[in-house]
Amino acid sequence: MSETRTPTRAELFLGYAKMGLLGFGGVAAWSRHVIVEERRWLTEREYAEILGMGQILPGPNVGNASVMIGRRFHGLVGALLATSGLYIGPLTVLMGLALLYDNFAEAPGVASFMHGIAAAAAGMVIATALKMGQNLRPPPELIAIGIAALVAAAFLRLPLLLIVFSLAPVGIWLSIRRAYRETPAK
Amino acid sequence: MTLLLQIFLAFATLSLVAVGGATAVLPEMHRLLVVVHGWMDDATFTQLFALAQAAPGPNILAASLMGWNIAGIGGLAMATLGMLMPAAILAWYVAGATHRLRGARWLKPAQFGLVPIAVGLIGASGITLARAATTGWLTWVILAISFVFVWRTKYSPLWVLAGGGALGVALL
Repeated sequence: MSETRTPTRAELFLGYAKMGLLGFGGVAAWSRHVIVEERRWLTEREYAEILGMGQILPGPNVGNASVMIGRRFHGLVGALLATSGLYIGPLTVLMGLALLYDNFAEAPGVASFMHGIAAAAAGMVIATALKMGQNLRPPPELIAIGIAALVAAAFLRLPLLLIVFSLAPVGIWLSIRRAYRETPAK
Repeated sequence: MTLLLQIFLAFATLSLVAVGGATAVLPEMHRLLVVVHGWMDDATFTQLFALAQAAPGPNILAASLMGWNIAGIGGLAMATLGMLMPAAILAWYVAGATHRLRGARWLKPAQFGLVPIAVGLIGASGITLARAATTGWLTWVILAISFVFVWRTKYSPLWVLAGGGALGVALL
């Protein structure tokens, strides 16, 4: 794994503002790109562990992760900076769009532009999941858990609450079991 | 009870059941805002959610937009705080707990056991987005180029988003 570096407070805020403002189709894919590849605040594995915790807590996973990552680097100030960076930019854009909505929706080209972005964002999000899976190299039984989550959400359309609370205990148990088998207690 | 306090409480309640984010609580949000409180009609609710989806940023910001629609700037502030604060406070304490437990032998594997769920659900949201976004061969081409670009390179995905938008304007 490549070396990681601690962001300053300003970098934390600006990095999160970037993820929020560019986060078409949800911010999870952008968040990983900025944190792991572009700025190297965390390794792929550290980021994934925080995101996994953010996933089982209520609220958006990336929002929960912003609290945890901000806290890790700069305590309460860091958590507030990361979280506000994530929400303030897009909130401003959204208010602007809502005010312009009538003109915006009918302007020529705008609908096609958004449509093109949506298709690209879908490809980006799928690729991000694949890339994370490849980089993390989970054992086969955890790959099965990931595929189960994907199928349950995308194809069976089960409620996320049900998916998370039925798969989380299994995933935790399988992962702990493997760790204890591979390195027995001293 | 004032309207602003009611808005705060409605969204704070939603926040605590929102495992998986905004899309997960969409039905419950609809029930509270449209059916229980009668703050907006069906069409407005759908339109505001679609607008929040089209804009960048966390989808949970749909809540802010709805608060704004109900009660102006005060409603926006109450809905946003209600939606974000309970979850953020919980995340803060969980982060503290994992920090205190950091030496425990089971902690890292337990955390890693949750990772495939998060990754699988990112994949699922990509598939859900793809279903809505692919309306013809050109959108499939844009999706495929973007997929390969993000999968195989470390360049900024901004290039494919901008390219996708430009192709959309030129050809769709």
